[in-house]
Order: sequence, then structure tokens, then C-alpha cells
Amino acid sequence: MQSLKTDMITVTCKINGKEYSGMVEPRTLLVHFLRDDLNLTGTHIGCDTGHCGACTIFMNGKTVKSCMVLAIQAQGANLMTVEGLADGDKLHPIQEAYWENHGLQCGYCTPGMLMSSLFLLQRNPDPTEEEIRRGIEGNLCRCTGYVNIVKSIKAAAKKMQQQQGSAAPSIQAKAGH
Amino acid sequence: MATVTELVKAEEEAKPKLWLGQPLKRKEDPRLISGLGKYVDDVKLPGLAYASILRSPYAHARIKSIDTSKAEKLTGVLCVITGRDVVKITDPFLQISPAPANKLKDYCLAVDKVTYVGDPVAAVVAESRGIAEDALELIEVEYEPVDHVIDARRALEKDAPVLHEEVGSNLVFYGKWDYGNIEQAIKTADKVVKATLHFHRFSSTPIENNGVVVNYDRATGFLNIYCNNQMPMFCIPWLSFGLRFPSNRIRMITGDIGGGFGTKIINYPYIALVAILAMKTGRPVKWTEDRREHLAAANHGNERTFDVEVPVKRDGTILGFKLKAFDDCGAYTRYEPAGAAIWAQVTPGCYHFANFVMEFYQVMTNKCPVGPNRGYSRSQHLWMLERSVDIVARELGLDPAEVRLKNFVRPDEMPYVTPSGGIYDGGNYGESLRKVMKLIDYDGIREEQAASRRKGGKLIGIGLATVLDSGTNNFGQVKIVNPENPFSGNSEAARISIDGLGQIQVALGTVPQGQGHETFASQVVADEFGVSPDQVTVLMGFDSGTNPYSHQSGSYASRSAVMGTGALLGAAKKVKEKAAKIAAHLLQTSPEKIDFREGAAVDRETGKKIPLWQIGNVAWVNNLLLPEGMEPGLVAINFWRPSFTLPDEKWRHNQTLTYSYQSHAAVIELDPESGKFKILRYAIVDDCGTQINPLIVEGQVHGAAAHGIGAAMYENFEYDEENGQLKSSTFIDYLVPTALDIPHMITSHIETPSLFAPKGIRGVGEGGCTPVGAISNAVEDALAPLGIRITDSHQNPQQIHKLIREKASK
Repeated sequence: MQSLKTDMITVTCKINGKEYSGMVEPRTLLVHFLRDDLNLTGTHIGCDTGHCGACTIFMNGKTVKSCMVLAIQAQGANLMTVEGLADGDKLHPIQEAYWENHGLQCGYCTPGMLMSSLFLLQRNPDPTEEEIRRGIEGNLCRCTGYVNIVKSIKAAAKKMQQQQGSAAPSIQAKAGH
Repeated sequence: MATVTELVKAEEEAKPKLWLGQPLKRKEDPRLISGLGKYVDDVKLPGLAYASILRSPYAHARIKSIDTSKAEKLTGVLCVITGRDVVKITDPFLQISPAPANKLKDYCLAVDKVTYVGDPVAAVVAESRGIAEDALELIEVEYEPVDHVIDARRALEKDAPVLHEEVGSNLVFYGKWDYGNIEQAIKTADKVVKATLHFHRFSSTPIENNGVVVNYDRATGFLNIYCNNQMPMFCIPWLSFGLRFPSNRIRMITGDIGGGFGTKIINYPYIALVAILAMKTGRPVKWTEDRREHLAAANHGNERTFDVEVPVKRDGTILGFKLKAFDDCGAYTRYEPAGAAIWAQVTPGCYHFANFVMEFYQVMTNKCPVGPNRGYSRSQHLWMLERSVDIVARELGLDPAEVRLKNFVRPDEMPYVTPSGGIYDGGNYGESLRKVMKLIDYDGIREEQAASRRKGGKLIGIGLATVLDSGTNNFGQVKIVNPENPFSGNSEAARISIDGLGQIQVALGTVPQGQGHETFASQVVADEFGVSPDQVTVLMGFDSGTNPYSHQSGSYASRSAVMGTGALLGAAKKVKEKAAKIAAHLLQTSPEKIDFREGAAVDRETGKKIPLWQIGNVAWVNNLLLPEGMEPGLVAINFWRPSFTLPDEKWRHNQTLTYSYQSHAAVIELDPESGKFKILRYAIVDDCGTQINPLIVEGQVHGAAAHGIGAAMYENFEYDEENGQLKSSTFIDYLVPTALDIPHMITSHIETPSLFAPKGIRGVGEGGCTPVGAISNAVEDALAPLGIRITDSHQNPQQIHKLIREKASK
């Protein structure tokens, strides 16, 4: 019987502050490892060319498109996914802002959009509208027309500035800083 | 002694605040912002196996042989099937076209030939996604390419390649609509404006692709189908007859859906395919479409060419429209030819002319099958009208705004009956146009434009469009394409229960893909029972095992708010009547005196209350306290239908219940050196009648506008003439607009309640693709000094540049 199987490789990494381990093929994409093996289905897949950004997560402090990363590249890495944004029951200010400003409709692009929003605000706590739009250029949305997403990020920026010092540290740690 | 003002104020304050109209945060959001949404690819079942599909690389070819032996031998492969297997165990899908087009044999896999790039040819099930895809490369298909055709007019010519021999030609439907006296109008006109216009092929491309998981449960004999189809119960006849599987053992389940926009209606062939695979392997099978597959083979919007003649008077009065339309519906008719009749929902657009002729040809070509795409069949027609009105204005030397205002249907003419029997349910088109012109400072911008033209340099263009978004369709319209089609009217179902502890639960037949059904349903029901929306639980998603439904249930045709509300109000009425009788019995008063307020039934006169929990208790577990002879329980299912009629002998009938409308204004700056332009200002005024939740409405307006801007400026499914290949088959070439491409949009609204729909609500959501009109009008306006005519719905910089060069060389 013909077989194309290759040796499986163990990948161990930290995700949302917790250690995860699994066996993958060398070709397994990180997004499939998260969704299928680790049951972290909040990260989504929307294309095959790295355009849509629905798979955006944090890897070692920076956002990456997890469909463009092999699972084995995450060996020893510090990851954060959308499941790690909230602190238990307490929503992150970015999540609150999206909820209050109708920054989502079908919710499919939302996890990736939230990750990119967070990355933007970490580097630029008070962005202009142009800077916001540039910051989420790699995340496609077909429902909202981006208007309320921009509004949500502006509101999130305000919230985060007000909450300076309280929510930031644990998110920083989770995001791998 | 209280003053009148104080008494009125006290009465106002005593009135319960309505949840209808409140911009509440959505109930759906907490799970979606936490990554807890349940989309079809999140469905996991024990023993899950994975499917992959081999697709045709040719636009048109005979399948001479398929050898699947190597693929079957690959470790981890559970089965491989081809069209030859499918033909033995399934019947062709139902067709709604007239003869001979209804002889078309459409199976879930190509049988003797392939008719478009991406046409499914074979399917594999394997233990993992990876192995399933590896196996595809081991399947050997011998194709014999034949001539292809990718132009609708060409496809009608006698010597054109025929896609489906059993049909004999590529013509799906020909129909002539003839109202008033167009020839007389042409005779008495001061001028007959002529144009050939082309509405291009694009689609809404939701970020979530199609997906299906099927679990055939041998123990119960049930086919459990997890999918993201927008109207799953409508698919039942297609699936049941196609699969030869009894409908009373098919369960359809949808969870969260990552956008639909109409493109997830014709995915039933894939559902059928995965069902076959599940039954054959005895394992639950999952198929997740990838983006290339979606762009090539899921759903394209109708591509339509119009030959237009508009008789007009010198003062801008439009006397009528004479049209020939060629609609390219791709290689298979999977919801078509419904689109051949649906444009007639809005025959004259917002305009007041009575003379109208349309000769409509729907034609198959070697392209992706067409399905309902946001603004289905109306966008094409309404764009043609908006483009034509601007051309009329230009040829008469009049302002396009003035021509519109002159020809608009007036508010005092509502309800307005169109030449095709459509009944417009109210609105003020003139006011919406004036309002949107104010929002962009139309007069100021015209001055800027004049100054800029005098100076030379960048070209400023202003484009207007006023377009209808007709919602809640009458399925009777498909009798136009074939009088034997057994579909008519529309219906939706809702169930409301108050349980033994007084808790309210709601279930709907609608199938949300982001429109916030849990939220709006909570608002409507909360008002009925005098509770807060937090106290109403609405079941998430749709499940035919637990939700009420009709076979017209779903979310499409901008109908959920209207149909859902109609069904909910009826269910609430039934539950309230019974609850009031129980409460009255317990309070020893009469049911007419009972109001529902603050979670209780209250005797209006005495102020005595019975809380809902007590009513529920008596109804469900304490029934000896019920009125004599009353049935226990406190739950009601309600089916609601709007009042519609069948088409008459001239095809006249009201095809939709509600007619939302929007006016858009676009200001652009075009660089003649490159043909590129950017949007400087964009404004929208919408009227969807009574708004249940203004946040949700505004979101729909933004989203519809973004789809229209994307289509106008970036999105185009281009096929290569020589090989029939789809050139824009990934997001590299099919350009979905990013946050940098969609401008900030200024929105405002008017609220004219619908004359016919529950609570005056109108469906909003499709938006009518208004930006396609506004932007093509703006581009022509920018190029007006060069005398360039815009005849395409897609504004491509290379094309614009070419037009400028061609004009310059003349």
C-alpha cells in the first residue's frame, strides 16, 4: 500500500499562558494545529493565500498569520489567540469596545481583527483614523464595511488609556513580551 | 391640581419604554468576541473523516476516463467516487426552468463532461485533510477539451458550443414583459437615448467559505447535516429527491455562519456530495471548501448586458424604457432562472414611467454557476436604470439630480403600483436624494469641480444613485419562468414558550449569518411580554430538530426582520391570550383587563399581579388550577405569511412586500494620467421603515455599501477568452477591499413606516448595490469634459486609462 506518511514531530508551546503539546506532520499549518489538535477553534481560516487575516494570532509578541506558519515553527514559542484576550470573565477593553460599537456582524473575521487591533494599540496607543485603517489592512471584513471596526478601535484606545497599568501586564505576558 | 402638561408627561412616563427602536448591544457578540462562535468547520464528531474534491482544469471538455485506483490504494483513503458512481445512486437535481432547459442533468459530480473550470469531477474521503488532498493528485483523468463559450450573446448563436446536449441549446429562458405602449412613447419622444450597458460578474465572498459535515446515523436512519446554507429547509426537495432519501429523516443544522450574502444558497450540491460520502464510508464526513474552490466554483453574481432605449422629453421627462437583457448564468442553473423574473420586483426603479418592454434572455456559459448574490437580480437592473438616467441627463444637458427629482415617484402616490404590478409600500425618494446631496455639499462640490476644470489637473466627479432594496419575496414569481413551479407566497415560523418557571424561550426558522436575529427577536418579544430582552432566550442558529420552520424559512431576500417579526408577533399573541386567561382565572377578573408588564400579568383596574413564573407553574405542573377545560402547557408556534397574489396573465403581481431605498452620493478625484481614482466623500441616506435596532440597521447599510464599492472599484471575475480560465481565482487577483480601500461613509436615515409590513418594518440588508451606480456615475461625471461614456459597472483604472487614450487619439 502506498503511503506518503512522514515521521510525526512533537511541538510544545505556550498558548494563552498555558502549556500545550501535540504531534504534527512537518507540513501541518499552525492554524490547523490550533483548531484541529488543540481545540482552539476561535482562530479562523478564510483564504489560502495569506490575505484575509482571519487566522491572525500573536507569536512571541508580534502578530502573525497562522496559516502562513508551520506548526513546527511554533516549537517553544509564546502564543496568544483570541481565547486568551479575556481575563477569566472579564473582557478585554478591546472586546468591550467592539461589543459596544457593533464592530462585528457574522464574527468570522473578528478574532483576527481583535488581535491586529491589540497589536496596533500596543505600538500606537492613540492612532489616527488613517493609522487605524493601516493597522488592520491585513484583515478583511465583508460584513461591516470597516466603519464600526474603526469606531471600535478608537473607543478601545480610549478605554485602554484610562485603564493604563491594570489590564496591560497580563496581556503583555500572554502576548510574549 | 396637575396641569395638562404634567398629566401628559406622567402618562408618557408611565408607558412602558419600548425595546423596539433601541440600539441595543447584540446578544450574539459575547461568544463571537471570545472565539466561541460555532461555525461549521468547528463541528467535531467522533470518527470524523475528511473529504476533498478534484476539479476540472478545463472550461469545457469531455471526460474520456477516470482512473482512481492509485488514489484508492493510498494509506488512509476510505473511498474515492466519480460521476459514474453518483449517477447510479442519485437523481438529477430539480430544475425550475421551463422546457427544454429543465431537461438539464445536474449531479453533484460531473458525469460525461465538465462545463466550467472548477467543476467537481471526483471526491475522496480520508482519515485526514492532508491525505485527502494527497489522494487528489493520484487520480488520473483523461479529458478531451472542446470549444468553450464565455459570452452570453455568443452562446445563443447557432454555431456556439452547447454545454448540455440534453437541453439542446444554451438558452435557459426567454421572456418578454410588455406594459403600456413603448412604441408610442418612442414616436412622441423628443429624443431616444440609447446605450449598451454591461453589469460585471462578482460575488460577495464571505470570509467563511462553504462547509458541510454529514453524519449518517445508522441507528436512527437519520441524515444529520451540519452546514452553512442560508435556507436549509428550502433545499429539502433538492436533497431528498436527489439523494432518494426520505425528507422526514433529514435533519439540517446551522450554527454561526460567517457571512452569506446569498452566496450560501446554492451550495446544496456539495451537501448532497458529502451525504453520499458519509453514507458510503459509514463515517461522519467533513468537507471544508478552500478559497480557490469558492472563487471558482461556489457562486457568482449574475452578469448581465442590456441594450437600452429610453424615449425622453427635452425637459427630462422619461417616457419609458425599452430593453433587451442577456443574463449569463454560468454552467448550471441551481437557483436560476429565478433571477430572470426577480428584477421585475423593481421594474421602473424609483421612477414614474408606465411604458416598459423587456426581452430577457438567460443563457448558460462555461463559467461558474450563478446564484443569488447580495441585491440578486435587482442590482443589475437598478444599476442599468441609474446609469441610463445619468446618460439621459448628459445627452439633454441637464443636471442628473434634476432629472431624478423630476421623474421620481412621489410620496403622495404611495402605495405606488408599478407597470409590473409591484406595490411600493411608501417612501420619499426625493427627500432622500436631497438629503444625501446636502450631506456631500453638492452645490459646493459642483463649484469646486468647475474651478478645478478651469485650472486643469485632477478630475473631480460626482455621482448620485437612488436605488430600491426590495425585501420579503413572493415565491410566486418563479411561476413566470415556468407556470408549473409549485412555489408561491412566503412564510416563516416562530415558537415562543413560557416554561414552568416563567422563563421565556424563542425559536425561529430564520438562519442568521450576522444579522443579529437573537437580538432583534429578543427586542420584539420583550415588548410583547413587558420584560427586558435579557430575560428572553433565543435559540442560536437553526436546527430542524428543534426549531419551527416552513420550507421557505431562512435568511435571504432581506426578509428576516419582516418575516421573523410577523411570525413572532403571532406566536406572542397566542401565548399572551392563553396566559391572560390563566392570570384572569387566578385573579378572578376578565382576560381583557390583563396587561403584561415587568414580568407579570397585571389587572389594569386593580393593579393586582400574577408573575409569569406562577402562570408557567400552573400551565405546566399545577394544572388543576387551570380554567375548566383548558389544555395544559404555555407554548405556541406561529406561521406567518404576507398577503400576496399569483402573477396574472401579463405577469403582473407584487413580487416583494417591502421596498427599502437608499440614496448614495460619491465624490471622486480621478487622475487622467493613470486612470486611478479615489473617493473623497461618500454619503448614504437610507429608509428601511421602522428600525428594530438602529445599530444593526446601520451596520447593514455600511456592509452593503462596502460590497458595492468593492464591486465598483476592485472586484471582478475575469475569464480568459482563449481558454475560459478564471483569471481571478485567489485573493491575489480577486481584490476584496481592505480598510484602506473603503472610505469613511457618512450615513443618515429617513424612517417612513412600511404601509404593509408588521410594525412598519422593511427588510434592509441587500442595499441594492447602490455604490455601483453612484461610482460609475461619478467616473463618467469626472470624464465629462472628455466626452467619455461609461458603460460598464466595473471601474478599472486600466480600462479608464484606455478610454481616455482612445478619446484623445480621435
